[in-house]
Amino acid sequence: MPHTDSYTRFVNKPLGKKLAKTVGLPQPVPLRRHNKGDRLISGPILVVGDSPAADAIAKQLWADDYDVRRDPGLKQPFAGIILALDDVSHPADLSDRVLEVGTALRGLQSNGRVITILRDPQDATAATDASLMAARHGIEGFTRSLAKEMRRGATTNGIVLAEGVEMSAPSAQAALRFLLSGRSAYVAGQFITVSSAAGSLPADWDQPLADKVIIVTGAARGIGEAISETLARDGATVIGVDMPSAGEALTAVMNRVNGIAVQLDITDHNAGNRLLALAEERFGRLDGIVHNAGITRDKLLANMDAGRWDSLIGVNISAPLRINDQLLAALGQGVVVENFRITSLSSTSGIAGNRGQTNYAVAKAGVIGMTQALAARLAPTEGSINAVAPGFIETAMTDAMPTATREVARRMNSLQQGGRPIDVAETIAFLHADAAAGINGTTLRVCGQSMVGK
Amino acid sequence: MTSTPTTAIAGGSLRPAVVVGGNRIPFARAHGAYAGASNQDMLTSTLEGLVARFGLQNAQLGEVVAGAVMKHSADFNLSREAVLGTSLDAHTPAHDVQTACATGIETVGGVANKIRLGQIDSGIGGGVDTISDAPLAFNREARDLFMQLNRARTTQDKIKIAMKLRPKHFAPLAPQAGEVRTGLSMGEHQALTTHHWGITRQEQDELAMLSHNNMAAAYEAGFFNDLLTPFRGLDRDNNMRPGSTMEGLAKLRIAFGKHLGEEATMTAGNSTPMTDGAAAALLSSEEWARERNLPILAEFMDFEMAAVDFVNGNEGLLMAPTYAIPRILDRHGLSLADIDFFEIHEAFAGTVLATMKALADEDYNKNVLGRDTPLGHIDRSKLNVHGSSLAAGHPFAATGPRIVASLAKMLHEKGEGSLGLISVCAAGGQGAVALMRGR
Repeated sequence: MPHTDSYTRFVNKPLGKKLAKTVGLPQPVPLRRHNKGDRLISGPILVVGDSPAADAIAKQLWADDYDVRRDPGLKQPFAGIILALDDVSHPADLSDRVLEVGTALRGLQSNGRVITILRDPQDATAATDASLMAARHGIEGFTRSLAKEMRRGATTNGIVLAEGVEMSAPSAQAALRFLLSGRSAYVAGQFITVSSAAGSLPADWDQPLADKVIIVTGAARGIGEAISETLARDGATVIGVDMPSAGEALTAVMNRVNGIAVQLDITDHNAGNRLLALAEERFGRLDGIVHNAGITRDKLLANMDAGRWDSLIGVNISAPLRINDQLLAALGQGVVVENFRITSLSSTSGIAGNRGQTNYAVAKAGVIGMTQALAARLAPTEGSINAVAPGFIETAMTDAMPTATREVARRMNSLQQGGRPIDVAETIAFLHADAAAGINGTTLRVCGQSMVGK
Repeated sequence: MTSTPTTAIAGGSLRPAVVVGGNRIPFARAHGAYAGASNQDMLTSTLEGLVARFGLQNAQLGEVVAGAVMKHSADFNLSREAVLGTSLDAHTPAHDVQTACATGIETVGGVANKIRLGQIDSGIGGGVDTISDAPLAFNREARDLFMQLNRARTTQDKIKIAMKLRPKHFAPLAPQAGEVRTGLSMGEHQALTTHHWGITRQEQDELAMLSHNNMAAAYEAGFFNDLLTPFRGLDRDNNMRPGSTMEGLAKLRIAFGKHLGEEATMTAGNSTPMTDGAAAALLSSEEWARERNLPILAEFMDFEMAAVDFVNGNEGLLMAPTYAIPRILDRHGLSLADIDFFEIHEAFAGTVLATMKALADEDYNKNVLGRDTPLGHIDRSKLNVHGSSLAAGHPFAATGPRIVASLAKMLHEKGEGSLGLISVCAAGGQGAVALMRGR
């Protein structure tokens, strides 16, 4: 697979750049992605606002040796801008701070980051305060719109703090680090909701998954392969699962990441128990599972047959439901650790719907429902379950799309390019860390702010 | 039942060698799916699958022993070259063994013995064979000319010698299909044995049908999911014919023993075709497996080789296991009735049936094996329950490790203390048998 698509390569050469600028074509740039040992971001970071969150962030970044500025007037070429709006109670409160950010934006570096900090608009305690709710919802609208104004690989995202959760919460800190870093390259216009102060910070931010044993289904290729590699890079031991027929590719991936290859059909009614037994025998523990395995069986509903419908539902949603049941039956009993993590692959198709994918949308929207339902069960033990919804990701599957369709799909997002499997993998790895325990029941899109949604 | 532990050469007492698991690639009919693959490709892929299954990346094993029957001269260091191509630690030593179809039992048995003696803690016994990439040699006359060409000093001499080369010199010398000393192929030899024991076509076809259908059922049940890694687009043995019927097998023409006329019984359906493939089994001491939280499926108790005088003694080429089976059972104080699973390699259905018939035959036991009473009958419900070579195919050296890994899993599922007996006949009038106990 090419490092970037051919159009992106072209517009990043002198001639292509000139041509694209002249006729107003999209000008995507190669995205900054994380490499082991990388700093979060290189360049000065502007922290706007004087709320407790703003102070906590500035202090923390300062302690971590980042170049923190609190005065936008310096007209620095900032690498990151953090806009703390957690203390606003009326939309009119926004004005000074957002305009401050506006003046700083012109100098935002390529692949820069803008992060807003806000209080949860869904909070019941605030539900009857009209101006407060208007302000919080307003920040959402602001963040999404600003994300669409970003250029040159820069992104805007928000961190949503639930009532009573402060910036010092492990998951708030982890979210901030994730969004500043190259790990969030293809996450744009999204919100990470921190619903509790649960979790703990890692001893080493470069090995946030040290000692963890995590199952990855569909690990032989594509996004599953990238997830396996990323989890292993972050310190985890991977139990890679795939269909017996994909065993040769699975072997290659697992030998690369020092994992264990398990040839198993996840629709086997005993699949969860078998994986549990294997984890117990080999490692004596199981820290999480990534439900990545999935198939597509596209057809308009008018032409849909039972075979296509049932096989897709069986693999994409019935199997994860059953495996979760079997694994969670052992929750906290020794092998399945207390702070067990589940992440599942949803899709923007599950959120927005997609022509010819009624079956796929049932499964992928179903994953979101499953995630919401199990969140409450996992929360008391500092466990969590979340969904990740990729948009257009460059894989063998999207390579097979007709050129014109693919080209349109690639550009229909704020970053004007497709994401890579590693981008989905980074988000999954982030959600599996101990620090992410306070992020539970959410669906995080990795879609470059794809222009489809509810 | 086993002999008392004695002092092992590396100190301490003899210790059990256990089977942790195995891996093989699907077996493919010759000149088919693996036509472009070499022995080294297949063995490397098989070992890589084993490494991935048990997380042995960068592990230094005691040794890897494998071998091939059909081996290129360039593959003189086949096992070591394969190890170097895997994710195993390059400090893992390896050597080759070549004992025709008994190669695989010999490799596993050798590794087990070293583990029992305390010389090594872990090892892999394997085997590989390809008919599709068989070693071809130039004929004697051509080899002579090429060597002369090599020795020639002047250009003039070289031209002179080169001028002598004719098209006939480029006709390759194919590997011997038959026994060197009799000129008969294994199939022709077995046809004589099958006829001698009066084994009917129906009996043979039935055994073949069961082999295919039992193996197909095992695939359906997922039995091979953790015994096999796909290779070059193949995820099942492509020789296997699920839904084999007696009617279908009855239609096949005679392939071996045509000189027997009406009494010939051996067809392509009840004989195993030429096959490409590789297999490996991972063995270790109990401590080594426990330290790594690896499964212990079975104990590899013992193995025994035997040979028959098929050239002068009127003995069947593939009957050597009939000598080895009583010897190994006697050594452990066991009878056929103690065995839970029999794995008799199906080179030909006739081989399995003749072996069983001979073991139960009074005359044969008395006059050939020198036993007062016949060894006895083998319970057919315990025989090759997940199919054997007739369905899977038989890449010569790979058959032993295939059976060892499958049998270990069967014994483990059956329960601790269950017993399994393996019997593999081999060209050259040899045979290898082995005993395994479930853990």
